[in-house]
Amino acid sequence: MSELINPNPVVYNVADIKREARNPQDETDEDVVDEFDNFEIFDLLRNINDPEHPLTLEQLNVAQLKHITVDNQNSLITVTFTPTIPHCSMATLIGLSMRVKLLRSLPSRFKVDIRITPGTHASEAAVNKQLNDKERVAAALENAHLLDVVNRCISNTDR
Amino acid sequence: GASLELVAEMKGHTDRVWCAAWNPSGQLLATCSGDKTIRIWGPEGDQWVCKGTIEEVHTRTIRSIAWSPCGRYLASASFDATTAIWACHSGEWECVATLEGHENEVKCVAWDASGTLLATCSRDKSVWVWQASEDHEYECLSVLHDHSQDVKAVKWHPQKQLLFSASYDDTIKIWSEGQDGDGEWECVQSLSGHDTTVWSLAFHPSTQLFASSSADLTVKLWQRQDAPKGSVCEDRWVAHSTLSGHHSRCIFSVDFSSQGYLASGAADDSICIYAESANRDPALPPGSIAPYEIILKLNSAHSSDVNCVSWNPQQPSILASVSDDMSVKIWRFTSP
Repeated sequence: MSELINPNPVVYNVADIKREARNPQDETDEDVVDEFDNFEIFDLLRNINDPEHPLTLEQLNVAQLKHITVDNQNSLITVTFTPTIPHCSMATLIGLSMRVKLLRSLPSRFKVDIRITPGTHASEAAVNKQLNDKERVAAALENAHLLDVVNRCISNTDR
Repeated sequence: GASLELVAEMKGHTDRVWCAAWNPSGQLLATCSGDKTIRIWGPEGDQWVCKGTIEEVHTRTIRSIAWSPCGRYLASASFDATTAIWACHSGEWECVATLEGHENEVKCVAWDASGTLLATCSRDKSVWVWQASEDHEYECLSVLHDHSQDVKAVKWHPQKQLLFSASYDDTIKIWSEGQDGDGEWECVQSLSGHDTTVWSLAFHPSTQLFASSSADLTVKLWQRQDAPKGSVCEDRWVAHSTLSGHHSRCIFSVDFSSQGYLASGAADDSICIYAESANRDPALPPGSIAPYEIILKLNSAHSSDVNCVSWNPQQPSILASVSDDMSVKIWRFTSP
């Protein structure tokens, strides 16, 4: 078996994060546009599987609610994620999995920027550049092997 | 003021559309897509219709297409690492050559003005120069390795055998055939100035200026100067001016119309048009080109990223654009 990049990751207790209740009248009123908020985005990302461990990105603190911003008016979503160690070679794969999950879950009007939390990775600039180059992302997703790995990371993540 | 009015919207592609190219007579528009097809569009009466679809040769995304200067051939560059050459025989498109050699995704293909040279570039960081012959034999003349990252675009000088390439390494490089006469090409200049990936290049009709667009949210203009005597290349390119503050996301494409209007398309779904400034600095030498200024911004030109803008070579008021929204649009531009 190949050596793990980070054999002993810190596992965090998963907080019971719940959204404040919406105005019940809004939930039934057809005219109220159901806007996206960072809870919903976090819900989409929290259960993504780490490529190395049988743990979720939430359990490893890679994905955090406070690192997601949603601008509904301009259809912009920004996600930063924190690799478990600064030399994590899985960072690109984790970012790609988050991107694919959001791509498949959100309306196409949304523009998504995914970056590494500043100062948490040795190759931060290179990883950010690659994750936000849509041509590189499109080409990566036509690679059957890579797509298979990404699909495994995001399988059964809607809970 | 200036305006951009929608003439036609064409649907048919089933994935994002990457590139649009007019044939030299301006009668046909070819587009290529992540759906692995090329579509040929043309007017029929007052409608724009799909006149043909080319499929089943490329096995992955078709990233870029280019018409030969004679208008009889079409070249397509694909993520499947190949470039295909197509010829039209009585309405049917036939693949007459496949150019292989790149290690992975081919990102752009371009024909030189004479139609005898072809350039391709790839994620493998290389630029290849090919020579075409009458019987569709393509011989690779040179493989150029000076870029340190993937090469996004190649563009030939509109008149000279001078090749320009734009890269993920943030530079633009200029290539010329060496003086040894051994057919080897070499990098004669490397232009820095963009802060991140350079996506697209376009020449001003005067050939004295070219534009580059980047993920740094700027369009830069570069102008020609005479190179010092004894240089390999008689041209030297220097920074002219920068257009910034108009797009809020990556600028994927720029193109100059034959009248000198500059169009840009970006990931903010908008199209911008720029013109040479009317308030010319009197200190500028006569005949030189003044800085450009924006004259029009069309927000929500598409409902997703605009990947390519292309002016009709014969009807300078007609502009085509293609998008991640899978549509192809034809616009009529009215100058101020």
